[in-house]
Amino acid sequence: MGGFIKRHRWIAPYALLAPGVLWLLVFYVYPGIQMFIASFWSGTLETGFTFSVSNWTNYPDALQGASAQFVRSILYAGAATLLTFLIAYPLAYTIAFKGGHYKALLLFLVVAPFFTSFLLRTISWKIILGDSGLFLAPLKTIGLVPSDFRLLAEPVAVVSGITYNFLPFMTLPIYVSLEKIDHRLVEAAKDLYAGPWRPGGAIAGLVIGGLLGGVLGYIFEYSIPVFAIAAAAAGAIIGWFFISQSFTRVTFPLSLPGVFAGSLLTFIPAIGDYVNAEFLGNPGTTMVGNVIQNKFLVQNDYPAASALSFILMAGILVAVAIYARALGTEGLTTGRG
Amino acid sequence: MRVRAEEAGRIPHEGRLPAVANVAVRLVDVVKKFGETVAVDHIDLEVRDGEFFSLLGPSGCGKTTTLRMIGGFEEPTAGLIELQGQDVTWLPPYQRNVNTVFQNYALFPHLTIYENVAFGLRRKGVKEAEIKSRATEMLELVELPGFENRKPNQISGGQAQRVALARALINRPAVLLLDEPLGALDLKLRKQMQVELKRIQKEVGITFVYVTHDQEEAMTMSDRIAVMNRGHYEQLGEPEMLYERPQTRFVAGFLGVSNLIAGRVDATAGGDWATIALDNGVTVRAPRALAEGKTRILLGVRPEKIRLYETHETVPESHNRMPGTIRAASYMGVSTQYQVDVPGNRRLTVFEQNVERATKSELWAPGEVVVVGWQPQHSFVVRDESAEAAAEEATEVAAEPFGE
Repeated sequence: MGGFIKRHRWIAPYALLAPGVLWLLVFYVYPGIQMFIASFWSGTLETGFTFSVSNWTNYPDALQGASAQFVRSILYAGAATLLTFLIAYPLAYTIAFKGGHYKALLLFLVVAPFFTSFLLRTISWKIILGDSGLFLAPLKTIGLVPSDFRLLAEPVAVVSGITYNFLPFMTLPIYVSLEKIDHRLVEAAKDLYAGPWRPGGAIAGLVIGGLLGGVLGYIFEYSIPVFAIAAAAAGAIIGWFFISQSFTRVTFPLSLPGVFAGSLLTFIPAIGDYVNAEFLGNPGTTMVGNVIQNKFLVQNDYPAASALSFILMAGILVAVAIYARALGTEGLTTGRG
Repeated sequence: MRVRAEEAGRIPHEGRLPAVANVAVRLVDVVKKFGETVAVDHIDLEVRDGEFFSLLGPSGCGKTTTLRMIGGFEEPTAGLIELQGQDVTWLPPYQRNVNTVFQNYALFPHLTIYENVAFGLRRKGVKEAEIKSRATEMLELVELPGFENRKPNQISGGQAQRVALARALINRPAVLLLDEPLGALDLKLRKQMQVELKRIQKEVGITFVYVTHDQEEAMTMSDRIAVMNRGHYEQLGEPEMLYERPQTRFVAGFLGVSNLIAGRVDATAGGDWATIALDNGVTVRAPRALAEGKTRILLGVRPEKIRLYETHETVPESHNRMPGTIRAASYMGVSTQYQVDVPGNRRLTVFEQNVERATKSELWAPGEVVVVGWQPQHSFVVRDESAEAAAEEATEVAAEPFGE
């Protein structure tokens, strides 16, 4: 056997690829084709489905019926990706550069929530964010927020849930890319006069914070100016105190492959997620995942559900292509920006 | 045991540099501890303006830590660091007028060669036109014109080395720090770069502080060398002085090969030469200045300074001599290396140029009885630390006979 492999070395890569390829053929390509066919069906479960190319109208119909959910999915997944990035980056940075002997433990803590079921974790947020839950009850008692204020069943709850659930997917790739950076590069930057970034960092923080805050305010359906101002202030402070030129010129550019991978690993599952919207949202915060789930499992409207799935998939592919182009794929795949 | 430069033995050609030179870097009683480990142990150092200064020593001797403290990457536990008279002990690297060539170059992989070289000037806010002209000039200096748009992963190690040099020199620092910059290159390229580095240093006239464990490299390039061991330097001086007049056993062994024989200085003799009674019963002479104030010593002589005579040949009267028996010979082309047994169970290493004797039949063969001779001025005297330590213990003498 060993001799055979030795004589036919070209086989080895294919042999190694085979299990993965088979798996994908059976569980991805085949159902995908099946679903593509289903998206051209008409009829009901009772009467049976018939295939016809003229049923392409399933696509515009499905899109029209779920356009609000599509927009919401993009906004919620985008906001969640942004928030996971803002939380994960400092976290990964600290573990990678200041973790010392505790690196392994800290990384374990990052993935520890995975030891609990996804559903349980999401439901526990329902308890935490509840109207008189852990978070709001004390604030209401001391009168910091009005007694009718709520977080649960609001967009902020859905986005928070997604952010929490996908945080490790953002943290780990960023950690890996930061971990790889040769510390001497940072020293070299400092040696070449890269000091604190002032006032540039504060100004950049102010502008970026203001913009992101405004967007989040819009998505959360809260006051846009309040969010914008608060985020601008936070951004300015972070920019002034924490952002150095060696970070903007060396560390951050070199960590972009991790940011890219992390944001894809967060955004793609988040945009199709329905669990967070189901448990933490209200009928006005449903995402496209909820619609697909409902059509497939409740209404048995397979054609519409399949068409929606395909639209979502195509949308993600286009978005990723644009994103990869913007960040430069060549640099990302080789690890050099 | 620390040795101050001014206490070093004098040889005639010392003082090639002007006696009064401006000090580029001054370290005053600098200590660096990492936890319990003392990496740098009370170093006093003055690097002169415009000189090529090397910190030479084995790994773990504290040379890199010393360099990193000058660069600002480590803060000293105690002591003072001055750059051109300014106290920089607590200044971060980006506020010091020094630049560093890192061991593995540390080129920014995401930036082009041009942007790597321009990095420092950009941070300083220099105008684009000036950056362009200076970067072009620098790439010419390191003989890499036309490499502007390449990425660091598209150039060879030797080229990366040159880019690292250009990236540092473009900022016209007061002092350039080099941390084993040739360590990753192959031998041939290393030799080439040694010459190149020296040329560039002369051309730009910037003070170089160079860290290396390679004694040959240090000797080839340096104006002065500090030989470091266990957190301090044992001797500081010009390469030829370190080689001809090593003062400690460590220096004698680290730079080249040394033959060392224990002996006692005969205090009664006068004149230019001190008489030394070796433990093997032979009496030899050494320059008086080197033996002054010492009793138990190790007498040293370099292998290439020794001549082998046939027993019937006359050894010049003034020369040191002792009988010997050839134990081993290894022919190395340019020279032959002999191991010669001498009285007192000592074995000397002798290098003989293959001029007078070149063919196999002419070379000395193992078993031949010879006379070993060398000129007295080629003797050097090294303190016998083991004998000193033993004597100190016996008489409980607290004061060190040498150094601080």
